[in-house]
Amino acid sequence: MSPFPADSVGLVTPQRQTFTEPLQLACGRSLSQYELVYETYGQLNASRSNAVLICHALSGHHHAAGYHSEDDRKPGWWDACIGPGKAIDTNRFFVVSLNNLGGCHGSTGPSSIDPDTGKSYGANFPMIVVEDWVNSQARLADHLGIDCWAAIVGGSLGGMQALQWAIAYPERLRYCVAVATASKLSAQNIAFNEVARQAIISDPDFRDGDYAAFGVVPKHGLGLARMVGHITYLSDDAMGQKFGRDLRAGELKYDLKSVEFQVESYLRYQGQEFSQRFDANTYLLMTKALDYYDPARVHDGNLAKTLEPVQARFLVVSFSTDWRFPPSRSRELANALISARKHVSYVEVDAAQGHDAFLLPIPRYIQALSSFMNRIEVQA
Amino acid sequence: MSLRADLQIIEKWIKPASHVLDLGCGNGELLHYLQEAKQVHGYGLEIDPDNINACIAKGVNVIDKNLDHGLDNFEDRSFDTVVMTQALQAVHYPDRALEGMLRIGREAILTFPNFGHWRCRMYLGIKGRMPVSEFMPYTWYNTPNIHFCTFKDFENLCHERSVKILDRLVVDQTHRSSKLSAMWPNLLGEVAIYRVTR
Repeated sequence: MSPFPADSVGLVTPQRQTFTEPLQLACGRSLSQYELVYETYGQLNASRSNAVLICHALSGHHHAAGYHSEDDRKPGWWDACIGPGKAIDTNRFFVVSLNNLGGCHGSTGPSSIDPDTGKSYGANFPMIVVEDWVNSQARLADHLGIDCWAAIVGGSLGGMQALQWAIAYPERLRYCVAVATASKLSAQNIAFNEVARQAIISDPDFRDGDYAAFGVVPKHGLGLARMVGHITYLSDDAMGQKFGRDLRAGELKYDLKSVEFQVESYLRYQGQEFSQRFDANTYLLMTKALDYYDPARVHDGNLAKTLEPVQARFLVVSFSTDWRFPPSRSRELANALISARKHVSYVEVDAAQGHDAFLLPIPRYIQALSSFMNRIEVQA
Repeated sequence: MSLRADLQIIEKWIKPASHVLDLGCGNGELLHYLQEAKQVHGYGLEIDPDNINACIAKGVNVIDKNLDHGLDNFEDRSFDTVVMTQALQAVHYPDRALEGMLRIGREAILTFPNFGHWRCRMYLGIKGRMPVSEFMPYTWYNTPNIHFCTFKDFENLCHERSVKILDRLVVDQTHRSSKLSAMWPNLLGEVAIYRVTR
């Protein structure tokens, strides 16, 4: 008997593909060769019309659903939505989820070995932006024989990739789901990212990005960066409900050494845990990719004009207490799609969980996503 | 496809392949019909989660938006027709809604219940109570309908704001029109369907 829930894709094995054709990057440099690690769930049909691409957010990766071993305590990061009978139904769809270039979960990134030097790239890894990710994902689609995705789905930074696909490869996707995202970051967003970056860069163990060569890790800085980020992913309400002003020891200590409030303890734990599993250079790269993305920039900020080539039908979703990517930003995207006379539905979900809501099984959100995905015609 | 009776009337006023905005689109029935039968490109505005989901399930573009928050996000003259069925009486500022519809659309189609209908008059005049009927089943304290008007009231508003009435159809609850209600619309008509422009 399977040890996994009936609506799980079950045991999954990551796959790996090497690309030897150089990839020209937006920054002017290129990657002569690179690897992408990815997982697939469900079966690609004969007409190759049922493929769905999942784009991950800042700290995400290829393991979106199922389990890597029977001992895994937790499934992939979006198991709530991907599986047989779930919103992204693997009985109907062939789902592809990859780790983006520059990542630290198996795809070529700053911690990979540079074939030219035999050492890890470290600080020498080129800057990768959303456009580059989409180009590399298109090559993965070519490799898998997918001319046109049934849908591309992403939240947060993943939503930016989904949007970029619709702009850059309009004929290569039929449906597009952009959740808790925006077509560009606000000044406040960039500011938060900058604090996170400075936390990492100012860690003495950062060593200008070449920490691996010195056998150290800027754990403290990366932990701090995550703490700042984490605050922005939760809402004031969610934090209040979860921690309030609860004290760990039940009384005030009147010193600077103790971790007194539960919220402090929680943030420190989150920071420490993250700094052990994530690469600092990848974090810097991902936050810069977020900051740089602004497809309307080449059209003097006119997003509707930028969206003219779009053919995909959009579902845009936002969450009421998300202050990292607030509903107003999603509305901008929906309005620009309407101005450009594109197909779009926009859903604003009441949810207390802040930006994190996009990863959670909130009934109204899941229902809208399911209804949208169910509309997608899939041939045999 | 069997379309709700008032929508059958409205549908005839909408040109094939035109650009339509439906304010308070409900479960998307009108837009779904228009895009299937007339290749209309449209969007619906709706706030009820179940209705929004019904639209998405039908493949109707729906925008989660409260009409009382205004229509500023839509550009001038960006739609051929802006429709609002049975919602004028439920918005905070019906006059602003009408102005907004005619700013973003070349034409507007509105339907609303007539508070001047004889049954309403009788209810208020004889019983001295706010009218409650099968058609308007709410009591005064829980009704979403906060701005009832009569046909005359509406036409006065149109006149004041230089809004031109292109068509007016007065029907009963089952959306049939009769000779009598055409003769005394404000007394005998229950629902009005107006097509207006600037």
